[in-house]
Amino acid sequence: MPKMGEDLHQYLRQQMMPTVWCPGCGHGNIARAIATALEHLGTDLGQVAILGGIGCSGRTPFYFNTNAMHTTHGRVLAFATGLKLANPRLTVITAMGDGDALAIGAGHFIHAARRNIDLTVILYNNSIYGMTGGQQAPTTPFNFRSTTSPFGNIEPTFDTVDLALAAGATYVARTTTFDFAEMPEYILGAIRHPGFAVVEILSQCPTYFGRLNKLGDPPDMLEYERNHTIVADEESVISRDELLGNLPVGVFRQEIRPEYTHQYADLCQARGGAYRA
Amino acid sequence: MRLVQGNEAVVLGALAGGCNFYAGYPITPATEIMEQMARVLPARGGVFIQMEDELAALGAVIGAAWGGMRAMTATSGPGFSLMQEHIGYAAMTQTPCVIVDSQRVGPSTGQPTMPAQGDVMQARWGSHGDRPAIVVTASSVKDAYQMTQLSFEWADTYRLPVIVLLDAVLSHMRENVELPPAPPPFSRTLSPDVDVEKPFGNHPFVPFAETTRTIVTGLAHDETGATRGTVGHASEKIIRDAFNRLNHDYAAITQYREYRLEDAAWAVVSYGITARAARAAVDILRGEGMRVGLLELISLWPFPEPTVQSLARQVQGILMPELNLGQLILPLRAAVEGICPVAGLGRADGELFTPEEIANAMTSHSTHAERRVSHHA
Repeated sequence: MPKMGEDLHQYLRQQMMPTVWCPGCGHGNIARAIATALEHLGTDLGQVAILGGIGCSGRTPFYFNTNAMHTTHGRVLAFATGLKLANPRLTVITAMGDGDALAIGAGHFIHAARRNIDLTVILYNNSIYGMTGGQQAPTTPFNFRSTTSPFGNIEPTFDTVDLALAAGATYVARTTTFDFAEMPEYILGAIRHPGFAVVEILSQCPTYFGRLNKLGDPPDMLEYERNHTIVADEESVISRDELLGNLPVGVFRQEIRPEYTHQYADLCQARGGAYRA
Repeated sequence: MRLVQGNEAVVLGALAGGCNFYAGYPITPATEIMEQMARVLPARGGVFIQMEDELAALGAVIGAAWGGMRAMTATSGPGFSLMQEHIGYAAMTQTPCVIVDSQRVGPSTGQPTMPAQGDVMQARWGSHGDRPAIVVTASSVKDAYQMTQLSFEWADTYRLPVIVLLDAVLSHMRENVELPPAPPPFSRTLSPDVDVEKPFGNHPFVPFAETTRTIVTGLAHDETGATRGTVGHASEKIIRDAFNRLNHDYAAITQYREYRLEDAAWAVVSYGITARAARAAVDILRGEGMRVGLLELISLWPFPEPTVQSLARQVQGILMPELNLGQLILPLRAAVEGICPVAGLGRADGELFTPEEIANAMTSHSTHAERRVSHHA
């Protein structure tokens, strides 16, 4: 497991500080985990690009000292696909929110997963639309409140892990901002994985999700994350009763399948073209 | 000399313009562009990818442009409508790219296989906010080649999405043309003296490189890409400067073709596929003794105001036939208001104009205009 970074400042774009994130928001913890992962990765920052969509998570690219794109709502994976194909040697990391990835961008998410293109998705799941002020997301749990479900959400939720697995992602993990050590470990695993990698991180939104659902202060919300998740990856054996009401966390898939830019390079080579993945 | 289809000419023109990245989504009547790109790009070491929708297609194009490639997509009306979000993003982020829209009858699914010119305003104004735009069209297979090639050059020079408007007939028709062989694949070389601290504003396009730490954002930003502070003013300045660059190079960008206008007392102003019928109409009317000529617009935006104004001062009236219910006639009328009367002739049923229809409309317009003049006299 990676150790905590001693000095992560070199990975951050100091002139963009402070972040837009609210005090107590979990997104800062995730950003720190990304910086830690970059430190352990050791790749020159000129060979890394961080891309984001729109929403609180989408601001991530601003805070890293890499080439960066803050794209459109839900569609970061389209931009990332083009960038990765244009320069396959680039390490391309995307930050998406739950509404970003699973509502407006769900179509792009499943197709990028299906292609198994070598991109990393860090999916910041705070169960709500934070940037626009607390509206219902496809991840808002049943009966929970948001400003657009003031009497409780009556819709079922998307499970990111199930969706990513079904769509063909080859590295799939979930953790929480409570799991301070797992976050950089999974992010690093995802970046190093030669294929489409998804790390969902449950993140606390004290300003909207917490307040609207009376979940208390940020530390209470971290406790809530801990108490409502259970390590249940492919190596753990969990009974149905144990799982009940808890979201499984861990690494759910890590397997090598043909990766898109390599497939494309093979195709070019067969046609005499000089494209190299 | 060989028979080349309009859509094929777009592909060849794109290669001549250095295109090495294509992302698209199938749609009639533009699909052949994508199919041929899928065939030719791998052998050239370029990238072809079929995306999940048109939003993704243009998103991938923009990502590829920042990855250093000359990138394009092609679509038709329904896909073009979807692309508006990313056309705005490309404009806001000053990303060079080319978008071909083979127009079909709308709104909505309309008539997928039939020609129209109903996207000429959307191409200019479809995305929210203000942006400078270069929109060109073509009336022949040769034009389709040349304008596509030129679009890549302009996209790079002016750092914006350049839009090429074709239509269902031009896309699918074949003409005998002589085209040069495709040049070797494009590879971008970075000038070592670029200011990587200022990737936006009046600076040349510098894609992501080892030495850059660019932030590309659709948020209002200054020339460094920063979104903090008084960026509203800085962002407006970037957009105004982009308009100014087009104004400055207006004469070089503006493309048109004059036909029998030297002694004309009346003029047809037309563009795209309709200009072909308009040219035949001019011949019919000349045969009947009417002094009429044709101004064929090839670049539509920036709208060639001085060109049409100078024409309006020469003639007694202008007719604008177009395959819509009156779109490009709006800037034309605005430009020549008080100089000479303008009549429109529109249709949006999926049929082309016959030369006779245009000739009749021109005759009718001249009769009305003359009557109006004598009434006032």
